[in-house]
Amino acid sequence: MRYSAYSIIKQALSGNRLWKPAWREPEPKSHYDVIIVGGGGHGLSTAYYLAKEFGITNIAVLEKGYIGSGNVGRNTTIIRSNYLLEGNIPFYEFSLKLWEGLEQDFNYNAMVSQRGVMMLAHSDGQRDAYARRGNAMRMHGVDAELLDRKQLQALMPYLNYDHARFPILAGLLQKRGGTVRHDAVAWGYARGADMRGVDIIQHCEVNAIRRDEQGRVTGVDTNKGFIGCNKLALATAGHSSETARMAGLELPIETHVLQAFVSEGIKPAIDHVIVYGAGHFYISQSDKGGLVFGADIDYYSSYAQRGNLATVEHTMEEGVSLIPGLSRAKVLRSWGGVMDMSMDGSPIIDRTPIDNLYLNAGWCYGGFKATPASGFCFAHLIAKNESHHVSRFLRLDRFERGHMIDEAGKGPQPNIH
Amino acid sequence: MASLITCPHCGTRPKEEFSIRGTALARPHPAASEEDWHAYVYLRENPKGRYQEYWHHAGGCRRFLIVERDNVTHDVFSVVDAVAIRGMSE
Repeated sequence: MRYSAYSIIKQALSGNRLWKPAWREPEPKSHYDVIIVGGGGHGLSTAYYLAKEFGITNIAVLEKGYIGSGNVGRNTTIIRSNYLLEGNIPFYEFSLKLWEGLEQDFNYNAMVSQRGVMMLAHSDGQRDAYARRGNAMRMHGVDAELLDRKQLQALMPYLNYDHARFPILAGLLQKRGGTVRHDAVAWGYARGADMRGVDIIQHCEVNAIRRDEQGRVTGVDTNKGFIGCNKLALATAGHSSETARMAGLELPIETHVLQAFVSEGIKPAIDHVIVYGAGHFYISQSDKGGLVFGADIDYYSSYAQRGNLATVEHTMEEGVSLIPGLSRAKVLRSWGGVMDMSMDGSPIIDRTPIDNLYLNAGWCYGGFKATPASGFCFAHLIAKNESHHVSRFLRLDRFERGHMIDEAGKGPQPNIH
Repeated sequence: MASLITCPHCGTRPKEEFSIRGTALARPHPAASEEDWHAYVYLRENPKGRYQEYWHHAGGCRRFLIVERDNVTHDVFSVVDAVAIRGMSE
């Protein structure tokens, strides 16, 4: 069923009783051309683009929980492409362009809202760094504007401009950045993939990867039995080390927990996505009115989808230091998601030393904005066995070769990327 | 939630006093192969469950400790001075 104004009116007149489930719940077949492990945003978008753009439809997406139960439903919904480095800008800009056409493309309302992403500068050095970043973006054809204090005060008067230690001096604005309804991204891709014949198999956990004498992957053992495949694609960020280990691989990744928060719903107050340059705090307001925000990871390795109270306190302190009025809002909910923190803060979309095993991993806490491009580029890699040109730097062996993409210049210390 | 760490030198302290270095790997010999150094600097076993991690007691005795804990349940099993396990003084 295609969604349209007509279908909504028709359903409304018939009491909304004729809606059909947006995707099937098939039992797994014995063999597929491609198995994608992980039914998160990236796994689903990979299946969607494989079917739509690359003509491979005999695909299964195996998800151990249910669609949208992982990080695609746990992030703070921000999209942007305000990166500095060559290996990142074209990739994230490709992603932002896909976001701009996504709803028409997969016929689903994902509430893409290009409300602008503002990164604030609190020192002369930081302002210079943002000017450089903005110039790098513009040289790649990406929109960026450096705003001074006066312009900022007109746009967002509620910020603490005269903070004694971290005054706000400037802001780098990407107007095309914004937010997207994250659950709808998972659902839209799942529906689009399913319509093209992809089997989305929920509550199906992979326990082992089977290989033949030549070392090639032949399939996976799951709680629903053995499922064979020609190509196996791992898109299990958060647990990438665990799944790669089943194939005998060790990755340049550590797993950490990142928390996020939402306040009670309030009247429209914050029109943009705002990033605090003196901390790591970022905030936006959802269409329901809740303030959605987060800050740093908890710093110690964690596979638990819940975080530490000290980090909660730290996040609130940063928020109130940037927006004093926040102290009056009540926090409604908080939650955690587990992140693949890579050794240079950038992701991996690459082949592995095993010929028919493909890896999509290392998204740190920036995976949501990459969902469309990650899926598109991973699908390209799986279908053609070569990298898409915008993801060609995101290689697994870049650490050995000394070609790290270290946006923040922090070195191989995953908990501070 | 790994909120309290019992430092062998300072007693039970809040986790905010510590900074976390990462997985407690033994440093290779300076003449070790490039592969060994690459594995030490970049590759991580990253197990789900029992895990040893270097914690630096930055707000206390300033010793490097090895904290063994479960990274799913957040139980802390042991906290020892790194020298006691590694036998090094670097």
